[in-house]
Amino acid sequence: MSTLLDVGTLHYLVLSALLFLIGTIGIVVRRNMITVLMSIELVLNSVNINLIAFSFSHGDLTGQIFAIFTIAVAAGEAAVGLGILIALFRLRQTTELDQARELSG
Amino acid sequence: MRWLWLIPVLPFLGAFLNGVVLRDRLGKKGVWMVACGSVLAALLVSVLAISGYLGSEQYSAHEPFEQSVYEWIPAGSMGLDDGSFADVSVEMGFLLDPLSCVMLFVVTFVGFWIHWFSVGYMDHEPGFQRYFTYLNLFMGMMLMLVLGNNYLVTFVGWEGVGLCSYLLIGFYFDEEFPPYAGRKAFIVNRVGDLAFLAGMFALVAHFGTLNYEKLFGTIEAEPALVQGDYVLGMTLATFVTLALFIGATGKSAQIPLHVWLPDAMAGPTPVSALIHAATMVTAGVYIVVRSNVLYQLAHGTSELVAIIGALTAIFAATIGLAQTDIKKVLAYSTVSQLGYMFLACGVGAYTAAIFHLMTHAFFKGLMFLGSGSVIHAMSGEQDMRKMGGLKEHLPWTYRTFVAGTLAIAGAPLLAGFFSKDQILAATWADHKLLWVVGLVTAGLTACYMFRLLFMTFHGPFRGSEEQHHHLHESPPSMTIPLIVLAVGAVFSGYVGIPKLGSIDINVFDHFVGQVVAHVGHGEHHASLGIELFLMALSVVVAFAGWWLARKYYGGDRGLAEGERWAAKFPTVHRWLFNKYYVDEAYDATAVRGTWACARGLFRFDSKFIDGVLVNGSRHLTVGISLLSGFFDKYFVDGLVNLVGVVSQSGSRFFRRLQTGLVSQYALVLLIGMAMLVWFYVVVGLRR
Repeated sequence: MSTLLDVGTLHYLVLSALLFLIGTIGIVVRRNMITVLMSIELVLNSVNINLIAFSFSHGDLTGQIFAIFTIAVAAGEAAVGLGILIALFRLRQTTELDQARELSG
Repeated sequence: MRWLWLIPVLPFLGAFLNGVVLRDRLGKKGVWMVACGSVLAALLVSVLAISGYLGSEQYSAHEPFEQSVYEWIPAGSMGLDDGSFADVSVEMGFLLDPLSCVMLFVVTFVGFWIHWFSVGYMDHEPGFQRYFTYLNLFMGMMLMLVLGNNYLVTFVGWEGVGLCSYLLIGFYFDEEFPPYAGRKAFIVNRVGDLAFLAGMFALVAHFGTLNYEKLFGTIEAEPALVQGDYVLGMTLATFVTLALFIGATGKSAQIPLHVWLPDAMAGPTPVSALIHAATMVTAGVYIVVRSNVLYQLAHGTSELVAIIGALTAIFAATIGLAQTDIKKVLAYSTVSQLGYMFLACGVGAYTAAIFHLMTHAFFKGLMFLGSGSVIHAMSGEQDMRKMGGLKEHLPWTYRTFVAGTLAIAGAPLLAGFFSKDQILAATWADHKLLWVVGLVTAGLTACYMFRLLFMTFHGPFRGSEEQHHHLHESPPSMTIPLIVLAVGAVFSGYVGIPKLGSIDINVFDHFVGQVVAHVGHGEHHASLGIELFLMALSVVVAFAGWWLARKYYGGDRGLAEGERWAAKFPTVHRWLFNKYYVDEAYDATAVRGTWACARGLFRFDSKFIDGVLVNGSRHLTVGISLLSGFFDKYFVDGLVNLVGVVSQSGSRFFRRLQTGLVSQYALVLLIGMAMLVWFYVVVGLRR
């Protein structure tokens, strides 16, 4: 059956690349730590899409299992990140990342 | 005879017991019992050994008895003067021959009685046990000296008696003068000992042995051995005899080393009797007689010995005339009598020297003990000007003292008469001028001895009331030795009655004569007429001396006459009273010289050693360390700082990377990742 738009692996890959790009730019340019964390989630999920797309096209479940792992790790990462965020907020009453640059050389 | 070695060991044992083991544990009685007991035992063993030797076959064969205890110094092979090699070995050995028999008897006999006397004399003194320890040590050393069968054993005794002499002169070490006198004796003796050593070295280097019998046997068999040119134009015999004689002048207080003996009177009086009259000071005479073979082959030295002896005799006798300290008079008398003995040695009358040594030991020991008894009674007073009239208070001391005085003055038929006459007769035959000196000395001897006797025992008492109150005769423990020695002083001369024509009953001469070799320069004998004439003359001279002393000091004259006599010759009296200023001369030269030398060395030490060397090296070290400090500070530390500066300036650039902005880190991360991707994808694909 022919559809108007045959969604194939390439489309997923493009989507994934776009998400990755958005996430990366978000990490680099945004100052709010919450936004940065969310951007990191975007990057991670773009990788997940990638993994699942290849898993689907290769007919191999390994990629999907990896994606589940990534989600689990991302949950952990989000927990730790938010913990740091709260600590930072308590210390500085702000979530702006450029307010915390003590490690500047 | 087998127990010969025991003789020196016994007193050593006594000294060891008293000095180390028992100390004061058994009290005074224990101390003197041990001390006197050990000497008495030595005396008994000596008598047994001597009688055993006299009855032995060796004696009949005119051979000495030798006993080697152990090999002391096995020196092994040694190159000798003539280029050959010899197996040199010195043994700890003892020798019994007529000469050592006489010495042995004199030392142990007189020594024992002086020990006995000391018990009473030292009773109130502190250091009783120390005194007897030293005295026993002295006896052991002296016996080693006279019994040694080689020069080295004799030398050990020689040094040992010197040490004991030093210890006993300085016995009252808490006073000022005795330690000084002890040091003086020790140092003056050291001068002589050095020469003695040199003589021994020459002998051992030439013959490879120091054993008397071997040495003298070799020389006697072949006198030419010691008559070749040896050193400085001297023959070996001359060199050795000269060296030994210099040693003898130190030990026996002859000019010019006589200065220590009068000062040695600072010690306790029995010590003066034992060491500085009867035994130790005669060691010089003993060693000359022992080496008589060499002396006979060294005519020049013999002459020197005679001259020194005669000079010392008259020199000391004149000093004795003007002294006021009772012990000083006796000390100079001893020096003078020792001069006689050396005179005898010098003219070849070795037996006469030993004979006089023996009689002198009796009468001088006796008189020193007598003076000890007097001093004891006078509560320590030694100045004869404060004495006088003591004969009523000290009858036994007086009687024995008279016997001693008569004996030394040469009164007929007493000990000194025979021995002195024998010396004068031998001198007459050899050297007329020295005989005149000897004869005058005999007169002077009589004069100063009777002066002493009169000043001490006759006339009015001149001491303080308190001293007069305390006057008492000494206890029997002190008078018995006096009586015994007085008997010796009177009768010991009869063993040596001179040969008168065909009547020859001179036992002593024949006995000791066995050790006198007959090579070269021997003793001359005067004819019978001359002998009798000389005897008469010496009696006349002795009488003159007595008359002179009696004229000025006898009866109840006191001191006035004598002082008037002295005032007639003020210069002479001053020189005599001050002992010819010999001490002063030595002080100005030798003593000051030594001090100046020491000061010079001190200055050298402080200026050059301390100043230049020690401080110089300090300055050098400081300088070098300053330099190396600069080096460290500016070069080594500079390197270290350079590393710091470099890394600091480097980090000034690199730390800019560390902005602290997480976004930037992420950007760098991204760039890195992009580069990796580019590398793997683009470059990898291009391959």
